[in-house]
Amino acid sequence: MTQKNKEVCIELVLKLSGTITVLTTFGIIWVLFSESFSFFKEVSIVEFLTDNQWTPLFANKRFGIMPLISGTLLTTAIALTVALPLGLSIAIYLSEYAPKRLRLIVKPLLEMLASIPTVVYGFFALMIVTPFLKTILPNISGFNALSAGIVMGIMIIPFISSMSEDALRSVPKSIREASYGIGATRLQTSFRVMVPAASSGIIVSVILAFSRAIGETMIVAIAAGQQPRLTLNPLVPIETITAYIVQVSLGDVPHGSLEYKTIFAAGMTLFVFTFILNNIAFWVRKKFREEYE
Amino acid sequence: MKSTDYKIKSENVDVYYGDKKALTDINLNIRPNTVTALIGPSGCGKSTFLRVLNRMNDYIDSFSMTGKISIDGEDIYQSKIRVEDLRANVGMVFQKPNPFPKSIFDNVAYGLKIQGMKDKEFIKKRVESALKQAALWSEVKDDLKNPALSLSGGQQQRLCIARALAVNPKVLLMDEPTSALDPISTAKIEELIFNLKEKYTIVIVTHNMQQASRISDYTAFFYMGKLIEFDKTAEIFTHPREEKTQNYITGRFG
Amino acid sequence: MNRGYINRIKDKAFGLVGLIATLFGLLILTFLIGQVFYEGYNRIDLDFIKSLPSRKPEKAGIYTALAGTVWILFLTTIFSLPLGISTGIYLEEYTKKSRFTDLLEINVSNLAGVPSIIYGLLGLEVFGRMLNLGNSLLAGALTLSLLVLPIIIVTTREAIRAVPNSLRMASYGLGASKWQTIWEQILPASMGGILTGVILAISRAVGETAPLLVVGALAYVPFAPSSPLDEFTVLPIQIFNWISRPQHGFSVNAAAAILLLLTITFIMNGVAVYLRNRWQKKHNW
Repeated sequence: MTQKNKEVCIELVLKLSGTITVLTTFGIIWVLFSESFSFFKEVSIVEFLTDNQWTPLFANKRFGIMPLISGTLLTTAIALTVALPLGLSIAIYLSEYAPKRLRLIVKPLLEMLASIPTVVYGFFALMIVTPFLKTILPNISGFNALSAGIVMGIMIIPFISSMSEDALRSVPKSIREASYGIGATRLQTSFRVMVPAASSGIIVSVILAFSRAIGETMIVAIAAGQQPRLTLNPLVPIETITAYIVQVSLGDVPHGSLEYKTIFAAGMTLFVFTFILNNIAFWVRKKFREEYE
Repeated sequence: MKSTDYKIKSENVDVYYGDKKALTDINLNIRPNTVTALIGPSGCGKSTFLRVLNRMNDYIDSFSMTGKISIDGEDIYQSKIRVEDLRANVGMVFQKPNPFPKSIFDNVAYGLKIQGMKDKEFIKKRVESALKQAALWSEVKDDLKNPALSLSGGQQQRLCIARALAVNPKVLLMDEPTSALDPISTAKIEELIFNLKEKYTIVIVTHNMQQASRISDYTAFFYMGKLIEFDKTAEIFTHPREEKTQNYITGRFG
Repeated sequence: MNRGYINRIKDKAFGLVGLIATLFGLLILTFLIGQVFYEGYNRIDLDFIKSLPSRKPEKAGIYTALAGTVWILFLTTIFSLPLGISTGIYLEEYTKKSRFTDLLEINVSNLAGVPSIIYGLLGLEVFGRMLNLGNSLLAGALTLSLLVLPIIIVTTREAIRAVPNSLRMASYGLGASKWQTIWEQILPASMGGILTGVILAISRAVGETAPLLVVGALAYVPFAPSSPLDEFTVLPIQIFNWISRPQHGFSVNAAAAILLLLTITFIMNGVAVYLRNRWQKKHNW
């Protein structure tokens, strides 16, 4: 084979593997849509979006996705309440305050937090955090949104801190020095100059953390319960979209049945949420890159 | 001199980067076994012209060219030319020394290796002769296994020259090869260029007027994408015909 | 008190808040792992590792789960490594900026953000049902390969981008073809970064639970799998299963298994971080 032909073949092989990622996306969309489509032949979209009960596995079947969405958003909100202040403080501290050596030690340790399998976090939530919360809030249930949300928050701290820190550090040094040069303190420099300058990067980190929390599965499947209910009470069992999919997967639901299709309708709802968030993040990041190029 | 005696011929060459015109109507013929210096202020198109000669501009997406460049009478932009063969024939040395993160020996042997050369003895001989031509042999002959990046800047640049020579090119393009080096290393490389023209045709871009006058036989002055003047170096530096050339070489702009 | 003084106090105060926040994350981590260690350490012995699953917590072991994890690790690497690296190379070296590459880029970035459980649904339908692989190791490994592909692609691209362009030009200038330049120069120079990405990706695959649950990996598999078409379980699923049981003995088992799983992931991440640092130091262009 001549060198020229070899080059062409190699490029073709590389291109083929590139198309696998496109096929994956098509696969996901196709799988979710086709199964959801046949789901919506039997259940009206209006019921799906407006009914306030989700009981596909009971004798009296109701198909309102709202309770699952509320459960998902509740745990996510708790997680962000924990992770946002902590993650941002860590990011600002590491990029503006901490001595270099401390940063070099702490950063990989924080990344380790992100590498812990989520099933382990689930164990933390159920076996350690919930019993601890019970000593403060005696009427909290064994499964609840609070404990799962808090642990999920701890899990996503490194996402926010690491990405926000990168954003802060990519701000040109001259900007920081200009602020110091007119006598600003580190705190003033951080919040009045650096954070605004890095705002798009920080926003991206928050959106991605949000998206990550919505899609998180094992922590909520283990610690938040399996009772879909439309509530903002963090002390009682709820169910998230992801936990529902796990619940059905563990059972013996025959392929083609309406119950089987519910997990695709639920998955599709989840996918739409994360897809929108990820695209906003992508778009913001793109704008951000253009600003500094 | 017959026109086919020119080593490199450039006819009506226009170069665009997107909508921006970088070179306008360049006609420049270079004789074999000479050193031709391309001079001119930054952004005048001299480096662009150099890179047109071995098609290094092909890697810039927005690049487009009209006109004709021929080397040894052959149009180098026609589609049957393999750009890889062209570059083996027209070696290039860059502004900053850019050795590969490999051993000294592997750096020089790289060009032969990618041509599919397997004969170890042959490669060894070629590496030795290339390093000798680049006046580096005596300094590295016992350390051929050492990483190239452990050499000094001047040595690295001579290594890059040796690397280009090892594949036996006919033409050697040099893009400000001494701009990143100290005066002593610069002097060594200038001496080397002077000796190399016996075997090679050399085109060198330089910012340094003294360097151009010291080492080149011909000098081409570029200004704003145009070739203003091209003549024997002695003529250019003593009796420039154009006022712009006069102003540039006397340091009034640039 | 003048303003300057107050500002300095505020400045110091925030420094303290930042330090506390940073330590808080790490302390929580230490505390939680400490608890697991306290709970599970005594349970770990050779019997625990060598035993098959059992209804009695004190007899149950993780042999099948460990075997499944090793299989998954092996198969996922085989599938995702060549695919991910090739795609990374293609995107970085072959494509010119165009609508199509923009699309590919958005696509990879989107895939990286798709929740893992959605990959499970994809695997269930495509590998499990359409390719008829059921709940076999192969179906699980293929699913996880798609899941970690974006990680490998992104790190491969970053590592390749870090190779200075002068190296590329030097190689082309000597008459090397595109692939020769990639194979001889760019890949060796970026291998450290690429390997880091691969290890991080595989470590992610080893810890994943949700997609495998959806594909149908079983919690109770009495024998270690002996071929890619066998049913399987993995450590995270075994842990999940033990956590869900009421008896205290099983949560001790879960803690012990978590310790092993954490050891595996931390070792892999440690190696990845080490490689990354060594590579950054070695190639200081």
